[in-house]
Amino acid sequence: MLNYALNRVLTLVPTLLAASFLVFMFIHLIPGDPASILLGDTATPEEVAELSRELGLDEPLWTQYVLWLGNVLQGDLGTSVFFREPVLSVIADGAETSVLLATMTMFWIVVFGVPIGIISAIRHGSWVDQATSGGAMLFASVPTFWLGLYLILIFSVGLGWFPSSGFPSLADEGGASNLRYLVLPSLTLAAPNAALIIRLIRASMLDVSREDHVRTARAKGLHPVRVAIRHVFRNALIAVSAAFGFTFAALVSEAVVTETVFSLPGIGRLVVQSILRRDYPVIQGVILIIVVFYMAINLLVDLAYASLDPRVSLK
Amino acid sequence: MALLDIRDLDLRIARGRELLPVVQGVSLAVEENETLGIVGESGCGKSLTALAIMGLLEGSVVRIAGGSVHFRGRDLLALSPDERRRVMGDQMAMIFQEPMTSLNPVYRVGDQIREAILQHRRMSRKQARDRALDLLELVRIPDPLRRIDSFPHQMSGGQRQRVMIAMALACDPKLLIADEPTTALDVTVQKEVLELMRSLQARNGMSIVLISHDLGVVSEICDKVAVMYRGKIVEQASTSTLFSNMSHPYTLGLLGSIPSTDHDVEWLDAIPGRVPTLDEAVPGCAFHPRCFAANESCRSADPSASAVSPAHIVRCHFPQGSSS
Ligand SMILES: Nc1ncnc2c1ncn2[C@@H]1O[C@H](COP(=O)(O)OP(=O)(O)O)[C@@H](O)[C@H]1O
Ligand SMILES: [Mg+2]
Repeated sequence: MLNYALNRVLTLVPTLLAASFLVFMFIHLIPGDPASILLGDTATPEEVAELSRELGLDEPLWTQYVLWLGNVLQGDLGTSVFFREPVLSVIADGAETSVLLATMTMFWIVVFGVPIGIISAIRHGSWVDQATSGGAMLFASVPTFWLGLYLILIFSVGLGWFPSSGFPSLADEGGASNLRYLVLPSLTLAAPNAALIIRLIRASMLDVSREDHVRTARAKGLHPVRVAIRHVFRNALIAVSAAFGFTFAALVSEAVVTETVFSLPGIGRLVVQSILRRDYPVIQGVILIIVVFYMAINLLVDLAYASLDPRVSLK
Repeated sequence: MALLDIRDLDLRIARGRELLPVVQGVSLAVEENETLGIVGESGCGKSLTALAIMGLLEGSVVRIAGGSVHFRGRDLLALSPDERRRVMGDQMAMIFQEPMTSLNPVYRVGDQIREAILQHRRMSRKQARDRALDLLELVRIPDPLRRIDSFPHQMSGGQRQRVMIAMALACDPKLLIADEPTTALDVTVQKEVLELMRSLQARNGMSIVLISHDLGVVSEICDKVAVMYRGKIVEQASTSTLFSNMSHPYTLGLLGSIPSTDHDVEWLDAIPGRVPTLDEAVPGCAFHPRCFAANESCRSADPSASAVSPAHIVRCHFPQGSSS
């Protein structure tokens, strides 16, 4: 297992290199000169040229890339043009919000998605199943911003149970109780994803329940619930584990909308703002980190897959 | 009193709003320590009959529309699902036609056998593992101490079927239902598995219902034989009576299609055509379109079951070999 993991990590190196190259090139193809945008309309061409030189923008693109890559390998993602701070610390500021938001979202997805998925598979065709399938369909198709606004309207403006925007750090006054700021955003993010997981668990369990070995399990005289969990769900989990990984990865992009709706100081919002500000070192840094994150999720999914299915050999 | 006594079993398949009859008026009896063979081509309703006896039709499209299944004096069809499950895997067990897919791919075979034991017996997990080890030895799996921790995909079809047999024997059942247990296996492995079942029967003192489409297999280990065609039993007798006095043209046809062992597996296609599907209505005797002896009465009237001799029942207007 460990060997397999190490091997996989090594094979990621060329992929990562290619990805970093694409990220870099892509950002530099965005129209608009960062230096003139930063200085505003009133800047003289001389001032713009001066700043360009300072930022290294006058070098050929490939030189810029090699320099950037060299710095990245040493853990230096550059300096934010807008904040005039190291990119890494700008990202770290947003990371707390985003990581907590993602974790809480995954928590809801597991807590709601897994049991409801199992129940609707066990009771497929019943009114319970029809109600959850209908609900899942609804939540899967509702746009995130719409759901977010409705949750704010009901639970924040109407009932006053949860705050509607912002997120003070856990280190600030209020401590762990500040997590309540993330309840509505995480529910917003969780709803469509939980709906997908419910439908996926239901479909995979129905597939597995038609397999021969389930008939064998029933022939032992096992209770139907035991058959459903230990035999059907356990096998369905192999297919579902991959979806969990990709759901988590997809949260990254969905978080952009949610963080905007709820004015959360997270990475999603940082990306949007940095694009508007042409703060390309930050954009590059965030995208690079997201790429690494995706690859890590991919690796974890493969490892989970291998540990759930003994037929997958770890070569 | 017979160990298993089935009377007038009727099964129907729900298709749309219709209920298509798929097994009709099947009556069978199995005594203690006896082996009953059920033969017939594919699609004749053998598996569904077996699943109905075992209690595995629940939740499928197949309905039990009538009849009774008495096992050790109790009508299984009248039991609650909980009571039914107490019989399944304990006093009655089943093995299937598909050894490659009948074991759960994610659990070690030893754990799967242990689950069958612990479902019905009170013992520690350690004791149950020892019992699983004994069972693997009993079904002649080489190197059981290592094999007990194997996953199904690490075993051959023949070995997996042995594991299935071990699992079925976990609680010393009184009745073993074997639905084409050797059909998916190589010829040499087939022989070994049949031989194994026969020796286990002698050792454990259990009854077997052996389903096969191969009259040759059945003739080797069964005490009596029921021949099924399109959901009905068309001939039933002790094995010796059946082979000395075959009466139904379908049985004769099946005999003609026994693969001859001299020239590998060569099917003598003795019965023209195929089994009609469920929604093809056949007036009169369901076999008449394929029967060499059919005449007008076969086309108009379905023959009822009659005894050509005591304990030899035939469903045919013109039983062969008897008087005429
Ligand atoms: N789950 C099912 N749904 C629809 N038709 C079925 C189902 N199971 C069996 N049948 C039909 O019932 C008939 C008898 O099937 P089966 O008992 O499996 O035959 P056998 O075991 O003798 O080959 C066949 O025509 C088959 O197509
Ligand atoms: Mg069958």
